[in-house]
Amino acid sequence: MASALVLLTVYFGESSSGGLHGVQRGVMTVLSPIQEGASRALKPVRDLAGWVGDTFRAKGDVQDLRRENAALRRQAISGTDAVRQNQELRKLLALDQAVGLAAAAPVAARVIGQSPTVWYSRIFIDKGTGAGIRVGQPVVTGDGLIGQVTTAAANSAVVTLVTDPEIAVPARTSTTGVPGVIQVAAAGSDDLLLDYTTRRDRLERGMNIVTAGTMSTSDRLLSAYPPGIPIGRVTRVEDPGTDSQKVHVRPFADLRRLEIVQVLTQRVNGNRP
Amino acid sequence: MILDVRQLAWRMILLGGACVIVQIAAISQVTIFGAHVDLTPIVVAFAGLLCGSLAGAVFGFGVGLFLDLALVQPVGMTALLFLALGYAAGRLRELRDPQSAVVPVAVAAAATAGAEIGFSVMSFLLGRDAPVGFDLLGEIVVTILLNAAVAIPVHGVVRRWLSRALPEDPRRRRRRAYTTGGLSPLSRP
Repeated sequence: MASALVLLTVYFGESSSGGLHGVQRGVMTVLSPIQEGASRALKPVRDLAGWVGDTFRAKGDVQDLRRENAALRRQAISGTDAVRQNQELRKLLALDQAVGLAAAAPVAARVIGQSPTVWYSRIFIDKGTGAGIRVGQPVVTGDGLIGQVTTAAANSAVVTLVTDPEIAVPARTSTTGVPGVIQVAAAGSDDLLLDYTTRRDRLERGMNIVTAGTMSTSDRLLSAYPPGIPIGRVTRVEDPGTDSQKVHVRPFADLRRLEIVQVLTQRVNGNRP
Repeated sequence: MILDVRQLAWRMILLGGACVIVQIAAISQVTIFGAHVDLTPIVVAFAGLLCGSLAGAVFGFGVGLFLDLALVQPVGMTALLFLALGYAAGRLRELRDPQSAVVPVAVAAAATAGAEIGFSVMSFLLGRDAPVGFDLLGEIVVTILLNAAVAIPVHGVVRRWLSRALPEDPRRRRRRAYTTGGLSPLSRP
């Protein structure tokens, strides 16, 4: 017990370059090939369990999809809304291309592990400093932003997801440009909040939220995230039109089932729009 | 058969290492009803239940430390928690020695609840400022239920793996002697 308490005290007393942090990086380096092998070997088991889970979830989704289908049908009849949505999606796609992910030198990596505790939303990837990955770099999937690199060893790295309380992402709505900061609503959930909005900001269900990028002209306040990367969609707004409105956002990416991710290793134009 | 400490130590090291790697590399990525099975606290509790409080506490400390290092969490946090879990399960065996078939299920549920609640309390004490909602409570409850559901097979594997290094339980030997027939002292000529 004394050993555990001493370790805790030393861990919190030292900097990130300290001895125990170094041991953690060393363990990561040694463990990642084993973890990768185990991850590959156990993939069929994961897939089978995932299929069972999907079946249960699909039953629950049917009603939601029916409601969404009815809403979309109404929009298609009226026409204009569908056109607007189409334009919005095209704009998002164009924005995605305009972000220039290729210029950000993305490095593809496989997910080789995930933290089992609800208090730490973290995944482990099979690329590290040897592939140019550094702490602070953003991580995306085809669906959008998922998090940031928080620890990097030689051949592996830890990505802290946007659902972790440690992560805050400068964001804005894709159409109206309302700014805010994306943070998790509660530990252990996939519910995000767009914080720091004002009563003048009109936010509605269905709005898309993207990264804001660097808003400051100062080079000392650069954002870690390039502008325009999709984050999620507004699901509901509590107390709308007030300074304390709570804007709930559901991430586009399925953060509980990640296999391949991309780490953006280069910052282009200081991540300014 | 007497207690083979060296063999028990090696078996515990292999069990702990395999448990942590399988948990991180596979089981944590399988979400069922928004949560996943967490093998580590139940394996620690079962080790304590089978081997006693001292071995359980040492095993819990080792597994917890390995988890802290592998998951890049505050070093010592899970070690402290699992040490207490392993010790408690070992004391249960030493003081009560429960034999019911549902003991693994009850121990797994209690160990998971202890680990989840203990981790939450320690996270707060160590300054991890995270908002808490019903989602977290729901995830903890689902994890407890999932762990209870897998308790019996996991207990079977742990017992089978560790029992080769443990002295045979006299009551089990006696039971087997009666059920196989003719070996009871009363039936001997």
